Amino acid sequence: MAWEFKNGVPIYLQIITGVKIRIACGDMPPGSKVPSVRDLAQQAGVNPNTMQRALTQLEQDGLLYTQRTSGRYITEDEEKMTELRRSLSDGYIEELFTNLERLGLTRTQILDEVRAWAEKEEGEES
Amino acid sequence: MALIDCKSLTKKYGKKLALNNIDLSLEGGRIVGLAGPNGSGKTTLIKLLQHLLTPTDGEILIDGMKPGKDTKAIVSYLPDRDFLPDWMKLSALLDYYGKFYRDFDREKAEQLIDQLSLDRSMSMKKMSKGTREKVQLVLCVSRNAKVYLLDEPIAGVDPAARDYIIRTIIDNYNENALVLISTHLISDVEAVLDEVIFLKYGEVFLHENADDLRSRTQMSIDGYFREVFKC
Repeated sequence: MAWEFKNGVPIYLQIITGVKIRIACGDMPPGSKVPSVRDLAQQAGVNPNTMQRALTQLEQDGLLYTQRTSGRYITEDEEKMTELRRSLSDGYIEELFTNLERLGLTRTQILDEVRAWAEKEEGEES
Repeated sequence: MALIDCKSLTKKYGKKLALNNIDLSLEGGRIVGLAGPNGSGKTTLIKLLQHLLTPTDGEILIDGMKPGKDTKAIVSYLPDRDFLPDWMKLSALLDYYGKFYRDFDREKAEQLIDQLSLDRSMSMKKMSKGTREKVQLVLCVSRNAKVYLLDEPIAGVDPAARDYIIRTIIDNYNENALVLISTHLISDVEAVLDEVIFLKYGEVFLHENADDLRSRTQMSIDGYFREVFKC
């Protein structure tokens, strides 16, 4: 199965996140056609009804739109895309802080560590 | 209207109670998982639905009809064991199914067999267990049935074959049809289920929307199953 799912979280929510990431990374570029529900369901290894539910939600969020005769497309709305990237990156940062705070680091220490890590990486690259 | 409706359904084998007063209503357009440990009544329920057993008490209606000749015409059943004559060649089986079932879509079956690159002149006897299971599944899903009863379709095959079987089910079932899959390998099917039924000692322990169950219990269905049926 192509998509991995976590325990204890409804699958349709995980599909929504999965599609959002694909849109933000450009795997599903703005303006491109979204595969049919059945094809996507088969790709992800999920029930078509679940995929339908996730796509309907994404449509309500304005990330997808339906053209009456030809199917679903990814939004080309720049504002939506910026908002999407910001909300995803907020999520990653929150996760980083949660994990490191669990290890006992303070916020200031985390910021220092992150800066040090980035500088070290840069040094290794050059 | 429900495609499967069981009212106070009871089945006894002698004194042993296999199903105890079950009420169950299942609608079309859904894939439903029937889970429970060995001996919880899964196969008994499926055999009752397929009229291979008769109820001790209570009633079953499939699309409004009692199980029998008429329901077999709209129900595609995959037993939990090899059920086809092992001397028959694949080509002969296709003819056989075509003659037996009015809703058999020969073209679809041929396509699926091509995808598997199977030799039509091979007899069932010469096929591996995994291949036999795939052939039986192909024949089963190539019927345009209203109800699919799949008894342990993924037991005893390797993980890649399991993926194939699950994909084939998602891809080929008619979207108004009801698919009932009995299994104890829940983790393999949980992403494709709309609803789950847990059978425990012949009773319905739960019948719930799959995603609701995952968020309510904060667990995978498989994890919750392990907790409920801990030995």
